[in-house]
Amino acid sequence: MTSPAKPPVITPYRRLDPKTQPPLLYEPYRASVERAPRKPLILLPQTLSEITGPVYGHGDIQATDNDLTRQHAGEPQGQRILVTGRVLDDAGRPVPHTLIEIWQANAAGRYIHKADRNAAPLDPNFSGTGRTLTDAQGHYRFVTIQPGAYPWGNHPNAWRPRHIHFSLFGTAFATRLVTQMYFQGDPLIPFDPLLNAIPEEKARERLICKFDPNLTEPDWALAYRFDVILRGREATPFEGQ
Amino acid sequence: MDYTPTPSQTVGPFFMIGFAGPLLISHIAAPGVPGERVKLVCTVFAGENQPVNDALIEIWQANAEGKYNHSGDPQEKPVDPSFLGFGRQGTDDLGVCVFHTIKPGRVPANDGSLQAPHLVVGVFTRGVLQRLPTRIYFAGDPANDSDPVLALVPAARRVTLLAQPVPGEPETWRFDVHLTGARETVFFDI
Repeated sequence: MTSPAKPPVITPYRRLDPKTQPPLLYEPYRASVERAPRKPLILLPQTLSEITGPVYGHGDIQATDNDLTRQHAGEPQGQRILVTGRVLDDAGRPVPHTLIEIWQANAAGRYIHKADRNAAPLDPNFSGTGRTLTDAQGHYRFVTIQPGAYPWGNHPNAWRPRHIHFSLFGTAFATRLVTQMYFQGDPLIPFDPLLNAIPEEKARERLICKFDPNLTEPDWALAYRFDVILRGREATPFEGQ
Repeated sequence: MDYTPTPSQTVGPFFMIGFAGPLLISHIAAPGVPGERVKLVCTVFAGENQPVNDALIEIWQANAEGKYNHSGDPQEKPVDPSFLGFGRQGTDDLGVCVFHTIKPGRVPANDGSLQAPHLVVGVFTRGVLQRLPTRIYFAGDPANDSDPVLALVPAARRVTLLAQPVPGEPETWRFDVHLTGARETVFFDI
């Protein structure tokens, strides 16, 4: 027998409001009918396993990893843009030194992926992938090009709005987030089932970056702001619960 | 100011362009890391038995002493800086991805008892709008009987969280993820 350990002090991460997150099953998103779990999730009080997580990627960032326009011999086609913002927790505190990874289609709406069958050209000067770490105040910045919209098979004449995929780790297994960032004013937004799966309009708007004239750089690039909020911790720990 | 957490979206079908290279990790434990060696063969299925060739699996685990390489683990136990305890892989055309690691030690539960050896797992895939958190336990480990998380799971479904030893293949364990269907894996709301 192993002797009982001292109970760890667990300060759990606050739970998410379901109105602000997409459900697992959303029938207008056809693939969710094939793949979404149907049985209820089992509510798990967070343990040491969930409130820890990988501090990851710090040794693997190269100089051009946050500039998707400088990863090849020439510049990619498309409108050059800056995407910048902060990663914060749900009390507004910065999440410093955390990995952000992005991936996106090129200006014509094509991913450099063998499974992408969209009849649009690849761009030899664009891979569409970037990564960076937030700074001590949670700031990040990418230089890239405006991705194109592209057709997909979800329903007749379905098109994805222009978007950039974001992946973030935060401080724990519990804070991991994969999401997509959309662009203000995109006419395809009201028709997109992935975005419409999120019940609250206000929550959907959190995935739409905002044009920022002050950060836009003269004669060079348009700037968009996109802040990401990760789960934060409860105010008080549970001990020996 | 509104600090409601940002909504999740699906990882989609093309994430491998973003995660290729040094940030995919199959060898969670390098050869010198202490512990019982485990080759973990994970397969993801949709429907009754359709392999999913575009899923992403992430694993987070403690070392052989049951200690996480993270500042939030207060246990006074050694951490091996060469063992982060994190892995991630995309599934192949057969729905399979493989991790090489060690069996973790027992991590304290919130009441001071010990959890059974387990890996925490996040499954991401096209068609699912959130990460699906689950756990991998090891079939036959006597500690499973007193694990407080397994105890939350209806007895008939616990088997979905157990990796099974592969006969004739030393150190090899099989773990199947069924996104849906009769054998749907237990996923957690963490």
